[in-house]
Amino acid sequence: MNRYPLWKNLMILGVLLAGLLLAWPNLYSQDPSIEITAARGAEITDSSKGEIQAALENADVPFKGIEPREGNKLLVRFATPGNQLKGQEAIEQTLAERYRTALTQVADLPGWMRAMGLNQMSLGLDLRGGIHVVIDVDMEAALDQALERYIGDIRTQLREQKVRYLTVTRDGGSIEIKFKDAETRDAGEKAIRREFRNLDIKSTEEGADFVLSASLPEVEQQEIKNFALEQNITTLRNRVNALGVAEPSIARQGERRIVVELPGAQDPGRLKEILGATATLEYRLVDTENSVADAVSGRVPVGSKLYYERNGTPILLKRRVIVTGDQITDASAGFDSQSGTPAVFVNLDGQGARRMRNVTTENVGKPMAVVFIENRTTTKMVDGEPVKTTRKVEEVVSVATIREPFGRRFQTTGLDSSDEAHNTALLLRSGALAAPIQIVEERTIGPSLGQDNIDQGFMSVIIGLALVIVFMALYYRMFGLVADLVLVVNLVMIIAVLSMLQATLTLPGIAGIVLTVGMAVDANVLIFERIREEVRNGNSPQASIHAGYDKALSTIVDANVTTLIAAVVLFSFGTGPVKGFAVTLFIGIVTSMFTAILGSRALINLIYGGRRLNKLAL
Amino acid sequence: MSKKRTINDFDIDFMGKSKLAAMLSASALVVCLLSILFRGFDLGLDFTGGTVIELGYQTPAELSEIRSALEQEGLEAATIQYFGSRTDILIRLAPQEGEEDSAQLSDRVFRTLNQAAEGKVELRRVEFVGPQVGEELREKGGLAVLFSLIGILIYVALRFEWRFAVGAVIALIHDVIFTVGMFSIFQIPFDLTVLAAVLAVIGYSLNDTIVIFDRIRENFRRMRKGTVIGITNTSINQTLSRTIVTSGTTLLVLFALYFLGGEAISGFSLALIIGIFVGTYSTIYVATAVVIWLGLSRSDLTPVKKEGAELDAMP
Repeated sequence: MNRYPLWKNLMILGVLLAGLLLAWPNLYSQDPSIEITAARGAEITDSSKGEIQAALENADVPFKGIEPREGNKLLVRFATPGNQLKGQEAIEQTLAERYRTALTQVADLPGWMRAMGLNQMSLGLDLRGGIHVVIDVDMEAALDQALERYIGDIRTQLREQKVRYLTVTRDGGSIEIKFKDAETRDAGEKAIRREFRNLDIKSTEEGADFVLSASLPEVEQQEIKNFALEQNITTLRNRVNALGVAEPSIARQGERRIVVELPGAQDPGRLKEILGATATLEYRLVDTENSVADAVSGRVPVGSKLYYERNGTPILLKRRVIVTGDQITDASAGFDSQSGTPAVFVNLDGQGARRMRNVTTENVGKPMAVVFIENRTTTKMVDGEPVKTTRKVEEVVSVATIREPFGRRFQTTGLDSSDEAHNTALLLRSGALAAPIQIVEERTIGPSLGQDNIDQGFMSVIIGLALVIVFMALYYRMFGLVADLVLVVNLVMIIAVLSMLQATLTLPGIAGIVLTVGMAVDANVLIFERIREEVRNGNSPQASIHAGYDKALSTIVDANVTTLIAAVVLFSFGTGPVKGFAVTLFIGIVTSMFTAILGSRALINLIYGGRRLNKLAL
Repeated sequence: MSKKRTINDFDIDFMGKSKLAAMLSASALVVCLLSILFRGFDLGLDFTGGTVIELGYQTPAELSEIRSALEQEGLEAATIQYFGSRTDILIRLAPQEGEEDSAQLSDRVFRTLNQAAEGKVELRRVEFVGPQVGEELREKGGLAVLFSLIGILIYVALRFEWRFAVGAVIALIHDVIFTVGMFSIFQIPFDLTVLAAVLAVIGYSLNDTIVIFDRIRENFRRMRKGTVIGITNTSINQTLSRTIVTSGTTLLVLFALYFLGGEAISGFSLALIIGIFVGTYSTIYVATAVVIWLGLSRSDLTPVKKEGAELDAMP
């Protein structure tokens, strides 16, 4: 009696071993490391590793290794934080144009663990320190901007088509265009319909006026909002990448929110400044009349400015800006329909289009350049302390010849590859924020508080666990020891599942673990009390064990399922801290059902099963 | 068996004192509700919106100096207090009119104080919640409580019987009002983690209730003699040692959390400690008592099922 079949014991052993394996990586310490990503326009190639290795060796900075990292990145490991900072300086001094660096901590796992995809638990910002910002995108403003753009574009279109209109005005959520007679209105309708297929257009008569009313259909509005949100995310991601923070997370939350999480970042003021920064893209004419060589040697002609292309070639551009990035409404990569070469298609708003048309009409056959402007951050060691400085970087990302006058929509050809076309389109799109943003929530945890939270959190788990273990051993003796062992296994299983799912462990998450420790004991308490009862009722020890486990089962399941319901509701309604609590509570309940019912039974069976017993140590 | 070391064979007439307990519960709830209505809560930042800044000084800081440094810059802090120790300062600022401005507020405060203390201040924590987000969190919190109650009501009604479901949910409402009421009466700050704790209390108290309900159902099917009240008393007594042991171990852990877990989760652990006490009480005197008052009879729990077939042969 009371023996588990072999397969059941093997299954429990298998799960236990899997749990130990998954939890194992958490025992390893972390290496101070540098994460390296390609700078704008550059790429991580096979030769990158050699370049970085050379840079570090030249600067005489010892490092543990360079390895590729997911997402086309490189990772350089160091033995000490001092070497890590020196390494960053060395790389930035020689390779800053091509690579970006970010300080990070990476677990020092053996190769076979990494090969198996094993990983440590990821700690929440409240434990490791960092900045969490929730950004609200002003959707009303996005729609407003779109309508204003359409008004300008409609005016231009009517003028170009030589349709005389009286007024183009906004009327709430739609655009009202007035004409003096039905004929011009019909001509206007035709012209507008041809150019703006996505507008809803109705023609009416108001008194003596002949009116066209154009509005944005629901689908179109949704698209504008989506576009605004997606573009803002892209823009914010580019900006955050420039900040030099490893593992940044930028995620959409619901209809209009963006959550930015920067582990380890410590200067919320600067972050907010950079996130909120505006347009950084300009179109300029190339100055072909003056000599570039003269300019390089210091004689820059009046009305022009010296720029550099990405490959370092100097180029003279006119000071006068044609259009800026915030006048670009969309950009996409594709192929030129005539030559079949890669091209970037750019859409401008009404004002930008007018200027572009005027300038290009006068300058057919001359080259035009796109200048990208950004704030780039570098770290330098000053008196042994890392100091970050932000400088304005202006570089020419593309130069192309104007073949014919163009306006609202145009293409830039002459790009090397379709990859470059994609990159340029992305740059054009990500230059400006599509809609104004507002920071509606911020949580910053300094690194020392994060460490305090870890220490206090783990301390309370350990102490709480120790108290329970002592009590159980005293109160239930041998059975109590079994419950204790099972409890520790449960803790390992929780850590294993958290590591496997890469769920984030937060401080409330630790509280959730502590709570499941308390509640996981309950299952065994229910069983043991039941066994005692059976013994008191005069049953044999073996029969009592069997009946105890059997009868307690439905109670345990009922009790745990109801708590699971609470955990699921918490997860679906919760944000931030509540969610972290719900995750560990959920995982803890599931693992505790396994360990407290199957695990403890297997142990009790191994100890007492199939033997003749007179009494139980209970 | 070593009888002296175990708690068992209780014979306490729990249900005999149910009238007294009902009066006690009712008056406690009235006091809690009155406090919630008239005194309200010391709602944390999560629900009201505003800014909280925690600063670490190297040497003990004077609150009055901090206040005057801020006032010179035209910054008006709602409260400045010590947080755990005299080198740790917590500053609260009320929500501002324009959100743009309030997101930058924490930076101004930090810069001002860092200058005043000659760069010896460490920014330990900033939390800023816009008024709009605060309102959303309030709404979601209420919905979370409501939906978990509904989910539990359905599950218990399916697994047991409607009287048990009603009893369980009334007990849960009792526990929620009592726990939340304590936070109102003693004006303990109520934030998101406390809300999570209240939901955990629901889970825990229910756990307790289910265990006793399960035993009552079993005893009704097994014991042919005895009144409803008698069987209920027996069931409570039979599970009493389990109730004490489980509450005890959970409380051990929670006290560890309360005393060692740090300020950030003290509200959370306190809510759970209150909840465990009231949850254990309510299982007996609210959940079970309600089931009896609703007129539970033997036939309600002995449906014609395979497991109890032979017992059901006799009405």
